[in-house]
Amino acid sequence: MIRFDHVGKTYPGGTTAVEDFSLTIDSHASVVLVGTSGSGKTTLMRMVNRMVDPTSGRVLIDDEDVAGVDPVKLRRSIGYVMQASGLLPHRTVAENVATVPLLEGVSRRRSRSRALALLEMVGLDHRLGDRYPSQLSGGQQQRVGVARALASDPNILLMDEPFGAVDPIVRAELQKELLRLQSELGKTILFVTHDIDEAFLIGEQVVILRPGGEIAQQGTPAEILADPADDFVESFVGSGVGKRALHVDEVSGQQVVLDAGDRPVGVLREGSRS
Amino acid sequence: MSQLLEAFSWLADPTRWSGTDGIPTRLLEHLWYTALGVVVAAVIAVPIGLLVGHTGRGRGLVVALSGAARALPTLGLITLFGLWLGIGLKAPILAFVVLAIPSLLAGAYSAVESVDPRTVDAARAQGMTEWQILSRVEVPLGLPLLISGFRLAIVQVVATVMLASYIGNGGLGRFIFLGLQLQDYPQMLAGSILVVALALVLDVALRVLERLLAPRGAARG
Repeated sequence: MIRFDHVGKTYPGGTTAVEDFSLTIDSHASVVLVGTSGSGKTTLMRMVNRMVDPTSGRVLIDDEDVAGVDPVKLRRSIGYVMQASGLLPHRTVAENVATVPLLEGVSRRRSRSRALALLEMVGLDHRLGDRYPSQLSGGQQQRVGVARALASDPNILLMDEPFGAVDPIVRAELQKELLRLQSELGKTILFVTHDIDEAFLIGEQVVILRPGGEIAQQGTPAEILADPADDFVESFVGSGVGKRALHVDEVSGQQVVLDAGDRPVGVLREGSRS
Repeated sequence: MSQLLEAFSWLADPTRWSGTDGIPTRLLEHLWYTALGVVVAAVIAVPIGLLVGHTGRGRGLVVALSGAARALPTLGLITLFGLWLGIGLKAPILAFVVLAIPSLLAGAYSAVESVDPRTVDAARAQGMTEWQILSRVEVPLGLPLLISGFRLAIVQVVATVMLASYIGNGGLGRFIFLGLQLQDYPQMLAGSILVVALALVLDVALRVLERLLAPRGAARG
């Protein structure tokens, strides 16, 4: 469980990224923070692994204030996927995936075999393990980024616009893959994006942010669509536009959400998901 | 032109290539002084440069100091240090250290600064300590720039080490200063040719090393 307890972040120059933000994320849930740039969403996410320290309030993981945890230890226990994959260009794909196990002193052989298994798990051929990141496509690099984040088998996965830099087709593939992985692994996912469609696709809970980290609305995608809190949310999710006139259809036992043109836009799941 | 020919025939004389004041001995002395100056400078400048590059702090100060150090005339420094430390190796080596520091410093901090900040951010977010980020990410990726700092420092010092002979030391400068005193211009010219050749050889060798040590993945990209 991750809990933001009245956190705020003001930079030394006087810029306030986040005013006063509180949110509880249950274990095994996938929560998406969505907002435009300046909404403080990335700042909030980076408070979880202490890449940013809040200037007020606390962030707690399983009721323990992260401010009291050694940042290096904390970061190794939390998976982090970033937009530009952030792979080390001078290390092979397998070495990149094995970054944290190697730092933790796991033997080279064991780290490597684990890395290769993880590559398969994220849908990559294990033979790519001996390539360098620059020899992979953008989509493949993002998959490697996900594999790396999973390498230490963390409970929490932080994802900072992980699919923001790939083309729409690859992005859709990666999103689907993430949903599959999540259904198998049941991690606690905190996902950040500016793309409301992605937010509704990935998030069981979606938190729409106004500038300064103010919560405009939070709830399941269905709740938000059914009852947008105000004009800001309405324009953000694009209600009233044809693609938000959605209906549900049952396809092979799944509640598939279709838009006005009968184009499927996502899957509704009810109840517990673990 | 005839003096140039005479210089080459001076170099071709086999008696110059042996003995305690022969070319090989002077060459080794020359290399030894260079190595001494560059190593001492590196011990001072490289850690500071890496630290400045990693933390981003003190960059302005370092740039200003490097600029000032570059402007110092080395012969003046040797004379000054010579008056202070006396005849011997200490004064010229100290001057070469001052000469080598700016290039090494610039090489070290630009090596670290050249690394994509997103790569560094990712390394930190994975849980690398600051030391691990520096030693496993920034230094390997910035290695070509770090070596090019060494190359510039070495070439500069090697070309300047002849001044060590000005206050009674060995090195290839001996031929130059001896030639000057005796008005034996072919010898002077021969000494200069040797210094220039040495600088060029070292420059090329270090450029090759830069290529070889470029990080593999980045080189292919």
